Amino acid sequence: MADERNRLIHTFGALAELGEEVSNKQSFQDTMRTSLHLLLGSLAIMRGGVARYSPFGHELNMLAMRGFRDDFPIALSLCQEDERQFLANGLYPIEVSQAKVLPFFQVYDHSFEQSGLELFVPLVVHEEPVGAVFLGQKATGEPYTSYDREIICAMARHIGVAILQRNMMAELERRAEENRKLYENLRMTYNDTVKAFAAAIDRKDKYTEGHSVRVGKYSEIIAEELGWKEQEVEGAAVAGYLHDIGKITVERKIINAPYRINAKESSELNKHPGVGYEILMPISHPYSDVPLAAKYHHERLDGRGYPDGLFDREIPYIAKIVNLADSFDAMTTDRPYKRRRPANEVFADLQRNSGKQFAPEIVQAFFKGMYNELTGVSKEKRFRRLLGREYMETEGIIPMLTNAMNGIAPASNLTFLH
Amino acid sequence: MDGDVPMNAASEGASKQAVVYATDYLNKLSGEKIERECKTRLQEGCDELILNFSQTELVNSVGVSILLGIIDSAAVRGARVVFSDVKEDTVELFDMLGVTKHVSLRES
Ligand SMILES: [Fe+2]
Repeated sequence: MADERNRLIHTFGALAELGEEVSNKQSFQDTMRTSLHLLLGSLAIMRGGVARYSPFGHELNMLAMRGFRDDFPIALSLCQEDERQFLANGLYPIEVSQAKVLPFFQVYDHSFEQSGLELFVPLVVHEEPVGAVFLGQKATGEPYTSYDREIICAMARHIGVAILQRNMMAELERRAEENRKLYENLRMTYNDTVKAFAAAIDRKDKYTEGHSVRVGKYSEIIAEELGWKEQEVEGAAVAGYLHDIGKITVERKIINAPYRINAKESSELNKHPGVGYEILMPISHPYSDVPLAAKYHHERLDGRGYPDGLFDREIPYIAKIVNLADSFDAMTTDRPYKRRRPANEVFADLQRNSGKQFAPEIVQAFFKGMYNELTGVSKEKRFRRLLGREYMETEGIIPMLTNAMNGIAPASNLTFLH
Repeated sequence: MDGDVPMNAASEGASKQAVVYATDYLNKLSGEKIERECKTRLQEGCDELILNFSQTELVNSVGVSILLGIIDSAAVRGARVVFSDVKEDTVELFDMLGVTKHVSLRES
């Protein structure tokens, strides 16, 4: 009587632990090994194993085993007849010695005999085969009782559920990965489209060929130097590529005018930020600020920009970045009415206008990007490609740049006015 | 051999007789280390494996399974397994489960 009570305590202890085990967040392999130990230990079974069913290969793949001979197969194939029978059996143990009619037990007869297998338990959960449990003889040497079979059934259900959960998780992960790839494809398509647009914008203006692409690249460098995340850096590049998209509606002769344009022409040209915004707004971008960059890339911190004459904090940050990138490119490329300006002048201009037109920390970030390349801290040759080797090798360019960097006030003096 | 095994399973003597301390780790997956330690001893040619339970309060199903694994390995190699200093409750459990059919019990 006391023996019976002890047996109950022991087996139910194992059952409880198994329930806990399979809901634990540890590795699947460990869960399977512990589950097998709990099952074998609860009834003192000398040997055993747990396998997972693979619907693709129609086979059972061993996940954990104890006491089996080294040559026990790690993958056991099933035929339709076996599968049908196992499904019908559910979680109920099959006596190996009495199941020889099934091909499965004929094929693996030798291995099963060598490892002393007595019971085979098909793991079926929600009428789906998920695996199997193999059991050898009990330490007592006695046959399995109906009570033992009940216990095995209950524990096998836990193990089956754990395998099913794992399968579902794997399926979820696979779908998430598929989604990620799909998204990646979309993003690449989007980025390619953006670049094609940038090229189309630039083609309208023969003097500023490549302008949008360069503004995109400079914006990207600034965002990187500001420590933005990869996705945000990409967004900054796109904002740069598309900032002048509104120009596609401005007459070619105004854009290409080889002279300083008059007031009427200028007001026509000044519509391009608003037009750009209208074009970009209806498109769903993976990055949120792209239309804003187009609309406000000609605003200045001191409120003297256009179209809305916004002040410092009213201007979207991305627009400030694109503004600097745009201005820098305008200064460092030949224009219809003037040639590119030398490095010392450009640095002095950016320094002087920090806090007036440009946000000081953005100028600082931009300078730092260039400084890192000039001093070899960064191995990239982006400025060299964008500005040309000659320009980057201007005599004394590093001291010029350091000077300009040191001359920038740490923050905009307008920042606190509004 | 696993570096931190002696923490869980201290062992003495490697020739004919080996003593391995079961400890409480026996009840967890980490108890597999004790099983490995025993297998190493058996491979080294030990023909009497003494498992000392003096530091083991309770043996659960994982512990029983690991012990059966050790017994099985010893049987394959024809070595004797001795359980020493097993608590009375544990002896009852081992008796009920048939574990004691495969080992001799001893007090150290
Ligand atoms: Fe513009």
